[in-house]
Parts: sequence; C-alpha cells; structure tokens
Amino acid sequence: MADFQEQIGNLCPEAQFDDSGEFLLVTVPDEKWHDLATALKNEMHFDYLTALVGVDWKEELGVMYYLTNTDTQDMIHVKVATTDREQPRLHSVSDLWAVANFQEREVYDFYGIEFINHPDMRRFFLRNDWVGYPLRKDYDDSPEKNPIPLDDEQNEDNTYRLVEDENGNVTRIDGKVFEDEEYVINVGPQHPSTHGVMRYRTSIEGELVKKVDVVSGYIHRGIEKMCESLTYPQTLLYTERLDYMSAHINRHCLCLCIEKAMGIEVPNRAELIRMMMDELMRLSSHLLSYGCLTMDQGATTAFFYGFRERELIYDIFDKTCGARMSMSYMTIGGVVADVHPEFINDVRHCCDVVTEKLKEYHKLFSGNVIAVNRMKGVGFLSKEDAINYAVTGPSGRASGCHCDVRKCHPYSLYNEVEFDEVILENGDSMDRYMVRMKEMEECIKILRQCCDMLEKEGIEGEYIAKVPKLIKLPAGHWYQQVEGSRGAFGVYLESDGDPKPFQKPYRLHFQSPCFNLVGVVDLTCKDNLIADLITITASIDFVIPDIDR
Amino acid sequence: MEVKIKSMKHEDFKDNEYIDKLVEELNASGTNVVVGKLDQLINWGISNSLWPFCFGTSCCAIEFMCLGAARYDMARFGFEVARNSPRQADYIMCQGTITYRMAPALKRLYEQMAEPKYVIACGACTVSGGPFKNSYCVVKGIDEIIPVDVYLPGCPPRPEAMFYALMQLQRKIKVQKFFGGVNRKEKRKELFYAHDAQQVAPSSPEEAQEATNENLNNQE
Repeated sequence: MADFQEQIGNLCPEAQFDDSGEFLLVTVPDEKWHDLATALKNEMHFDYLTALVGVDWKEELGVMYYLTNTDTQDMIHVKVATTDREQPRLHSVSDLWAVANFQEREVYDFYGIEFINHPDMRRFFLRNDWVGYPLRKDYDDSPEKNPIPLDDEQNEDNTYRLVEDENGNVTRIDGKVFEDEEYVINVGPQHPSTHGVMRYRTSIEGELVKKVDVVSGYIHRGIEKMCESLTYPQTLLYTERLDYMSAHINRHCLCLCIEKAMGIEVPNRAELIRMMMDELMRLSSHLLSYGCLTMDQGATTAFFYGFRERELIYDIFDKTCGARMSMSYMTIGGVVADVHPEFINDVRHCCDVVTEKLKEYHKLFSGNVIAVNRMKGVGFLSKEDAINYAVTGPSGRASGCHCDVRKCHPYSLYNEVEFDEVILENGDSMDRYMVRMKEMEECIKILRQCCDMLEKEGIEGEYIAKVPKLIKLPAGHWYQQVEGSRGAFGVYLESDGDPKPFQKPYRLHFQSPCFNLVGVVDLTCKDNLIADLITITASIDFVIPDIDR
Repeated sequence: MEVKIKSMKHEDFKDNEYIDKLVEELNASGTNVVVGKLDQLINWGISNSLWPFCFGTSCCAIEFMCLGAARYDMARFGFEVARNSPRQADYIMCQGTITYRMAPALKRLYEQMAEPKYVIACGACTVSGGPFKNSYCVVKGIDEIIPVDVYLPGCPPRPEAMFYALMQLQRKIKVQKFFGGVNRKEKRKELFYAHDAQQVAPSSPEEAQEATNENLNNQE
C-alpha cells in the first residue's frame, strides 16, 4: 500500500491518502483526475475498472472508482467529488476504460453529474422526460412530478457531449445517435429472444449490423434507492431479485460485506453450506443458459433437457430453503436453518445425474453442424477488449481473461477446495458456450468435495453465528465481490454510523456483472449478421433485471 | 348451476362463493336456449385452448418456463403454445414488475390482442407492486393500467399456484356470455372511460360527461 501511495504521490502531488480502510483510498481534485487516471492505467497497470459508484455526500456529489491491476490483483479506490449541486461536472474516464461509458451514464441518470468529454450523455435507465435525479438525497419523489406515463416514449435521437478546450472552458456540442440516412431496426422491449425486456436499436446495412444502441431501463425498479430506507437485514431481500439466476450468490455477497463491516466470524459449517448453495445455483444458472442458447437457435428439445435437470436442483432448494426461487436462505452471520437430512444424498445424486447428462448434451448439441456454423468465429471479443469493458465471468474467461473471483480474491472456503478456472482463448460464441459447459463440471467437482466435508462435520452443527439483534455498522465504506454465475458481482456499502436503533445503509450499490456484459453488445455484433445478434447476446447471457436493478 | 372444468373438481377449489354468485347473477337475467347453448360451446372451446402471450419481465418468467417444461407440462391443460405475438394469444400472463418505462408498452400490447382477451397478474409485483411498492418508478399493480381477471400472489408463485390461477381463469370463461350480457366486459369499459377521461383532463364536470359520451359513441 505504501508503495502505491508513494508512486501516486509522485504522479499527483495534490492527492490525499487514507489507508485505514481495506484498500488505499486516494482523493483527487477533479482537474487532476484525468491525468492521474491515464498514469494509473498506463504506468501502474490498473487496467480493470471494477466498480464506478456515484454517491451523494450531501455537501458534495462524487464518484468512487475501484481499480484493479489484472496482473497482481491489487486494488485501490479513488474518490473524485464536486461541491457544485446545480451543475455538477466531472471529467470522464470513458476514453481510458470503455466500461465507464455506460456507468457514467448511469451516474448521470441517478445524480445528474455530467461528464466532460463523455461521447454520449443521455439517460440510461429512466425515461427521457423524467423529472429529477432519484438517488440524490434531496430528491422529491411525489407522484405528481412523475405520473405513470400512458403514452409511448419518443425515441431520443439527440445526444450531446461536453468538450473542454485548453483554457478549461467547457462547451456543449449536440449530436445524433443515428444519422438520418441510417436504416434503424428496433428489437424489443418485448421480444422473446432478448431474454427479458431489453431493447436494441440496430442500424443495419444490408444484413450487417453497423451499430447497436442499447436502450435499457424497462425493468429498472430503483432497488438502490429503496435500500436506503430499509434496515440491513431487510435489504438482503432485494439481492435475490437482481439476478434471480444467482440469487444465493448475490445474497452471499451482501452478507459477506455486512459481516466484514461488523467483524462477525461465520461458523465453518455455515460457510460450507453457503458455498454449496452457491455452486448449486451456478449449476442451475448454466443449465438455464444452455437451454436458452439452444432454444434461440431452434433446438427446442435441448431446452427441455436443460429444464429437466434444473428441477433436481430446485427440489434440493425446496427441501432445505422452503422455496424454489428467491429462497431467502442466507442471513447475516450464517444461514437461516440447517440443511435437510437428505441434503447430502440429494446433492450427490444430482451431481451423478448431471455428469451423465452433460455427455448427452455435448452429443446432442455441441458438435451439431448448425450450432458450429452459427457460433464458431461469431461475435469475437478480444482479451484486451474484455478487460477494457470489464467483462468477467464465463464470457470474460472465454476471451482468455483470468478473472474468476474465486481464484483472484478467494472468499468463503474456496481456498480449501480444488477446482480449475476454465479459460479458453478464442473469444467467440462457441467458446462462451463451452466455458459454461466445462464450468458445470467444475461445479460438480466442488460440490462433491463439499459433500465429503459436510459429512465429516456431522448431521447437525452450528449454522449461524451470534449476531446482535440490531445490526449497526461503524461509519465507513466497504466493497465485497464474489463470483456470480455471470461474472464478478460486487457490493459497495457505505454507512454513516448513525446511532439510531434501526440503522439504514447510507448508500448501497450493486455492481452487477450483466451491466458490463451489455456494454459489449455493440462491439461484438458489429459487422455480424442481424440474425447473429440473437446468438451472440444469448451466448453472452445476461439477465435483464440485473442490468437495470 | 356448477361450473365444471376438466382438470379439477368443484369442491377442490377454495373460493367457490364468488363464482357461484356470478352464475346466479347471470342466470337471474335469463337467456335463450339456443343462444345459451352456443355460448356454452364457445366457452368450452376457449377455456380448453388458452394460448398464453410471452410477457416475462423478471423472476416469475423463469417459473413460467418451468411450467412449460417437462415436469409441469402445461400442454396437458391446453395452455399450450406460448405465442410471441399479441395477435395470436388469448391471455396475457404478466410475469414480473412493470415499471413506468414499460407501462405504455404493456398497455399497447394489451390493446393489440384480439377479443376475447384475459389478463392474469402473476406475482406480487403485478398484484400490488410487491416488494417494490415504495419505488419511485414501479407501477403499483398492473390494474392501474389494464383490467385484470385473476390475481396470483407469490414471489414468485410456484408452478402449482400458476395452474390454480389458470384453472380459475377457465372457470371464469365458462360462465361468460357472448350473446347475452357479459359482466366483466362492462367493467372493462368503465375502466377505459376512466382512463380516457384522465388523459383529456376536462376542466368541468359537463365537459367530462361530454367526453365520456363521445367515447361511448366511438366505441359502439
């Protein structure tokens, strides 16, 4: 840490440091931020922008950047803020880390912070005619200001960017998303192969896609704002409704973050059960994405096979957690109840069945000539782009990134089990599909080891730590990430140390993997056939409520 | 009269009072034998070949996919082919939260469907906003935008619950009258006038009355 402090101090003498938290916190004035960011990326190799969080600190509005060095896995975070609430402006870093493009648009949408030199300053989640910035602390949420709209939204083709000249004068330049002569086809928001309510506006030339404009926010439910008015145990509920295909994993992440902040030690058995649930969830999620990917290419039967095996996993959840989906099983300090007596046998049976069926899947689909033609060499994503766009999870690993959080920043008991990180090189749709198939085998490997470990622990044991009835966190901020089924899922938690009995989070931000995945749709679909838009997005595999939150 | 459907016995349903009351009300007005039989034939046809419209926005959609897959297999009941076009579907099972941005799209899709059309509000979000009730951009129940036939609570509801809701819809269809008066249709009309009146935002009660009358004439 001291190392970085010295290096950054040399690069930017105005920077202030605070290493009392988990990572080194660097506070930089906005004028120096872009120069420092360039140096951080090019000289110190912080090439992966893990999270970008907008925060309203009342007297100032600002952004927290979490940066990772992909070689050494070191992390630092940088705070940039402005005191201007009328016309807040910060410098954009979207030219350095491409992932910042959408994330800065999100911050603009929520806080009204305009980013200088950002190429496309439009709202991302809310309608163009929305009044106010909802995540500001002084936001007026009276329904009169924003009534339920019953008229169709007009396409907003106008965009603008702010350009700064050498003297620091900022001018506004208006632009267009699509030119008048471009032929634009609309896909969505209600389209069966977008896997939810996603909308793409694609500009095409003949049958080739030239540009995809992602219009998101059709399932934006304002979870982050709602969390600010709930107590910590209540906020856990929403994590399962983000990416419902990695419900346990998301909840695990928030639990870990709160436990880290409170300093609670979780019993070994509880952590083991949590890990098993995570892996079962991942298995179920990959089976679903197999089913949907195949169905999008016309193989409807394969979809039924995928769902047949998922029912086995649902039965396990049903027995132990009492629900098939949205299980609400993990809690702060452990899990709500001990596992069902038949849990270990069921998991072993499930592992056996899925291992057997995986061979069948490969036989049915993987080598199929249609599948190969439609996926091989289609939708290429290079390793550099994957890091630049912060694509993680199976899609990132298909491009050759070493980005599995279970290996990079081990949490839970992943240190104690043996498994391989599946990394392929080609970065096309086929590899993204194959990574998932191979990862299922790894899941089974982990599950089998966990079964043995749990058996050694005995049938019953301590499954929850002693947790105070009223959860109170000291003032500070924490960041925790886990490996969700679609990539690195992160939670940013900020507490103001409020002494009131029912403490609420000051800011809770979910860094969802799918939000980054949707950023590469334009890049991967460019110069491919419009029909391949569906297979590429299916192979990238995002869950829309996770994007929109 | 008892409403019979193929899949489940009358006494196995938990809330029979309302449907008995509905039948009584309909019978009280009386109907012609020929027309009544025709109605029965049509209702038999519709209730046993209900085609859903794929409208999944979030979690409930996954459970709906399970409903279509091998274990639950909704094809057994004739809720067979999920259609992707509103023009080919009989009912819309709204699975998942409806936000302000989605609301106009949902209303438009509903209007694009051919009569007779039905709506099932599936999951807590569509019934009342559910866990997202306090959000700044979530519609608190889809009945604020479109009329709903069956409310199905749960977050998400189990596939068995979805079957129950679909059977309730079947029972409801069995008692509707195409050639006689249809109770639920009148309610829908009222709802639409209310919405139209809101949009115009008339300055005086007389003007509102006038607008409603105009709408009435247009619709006839």
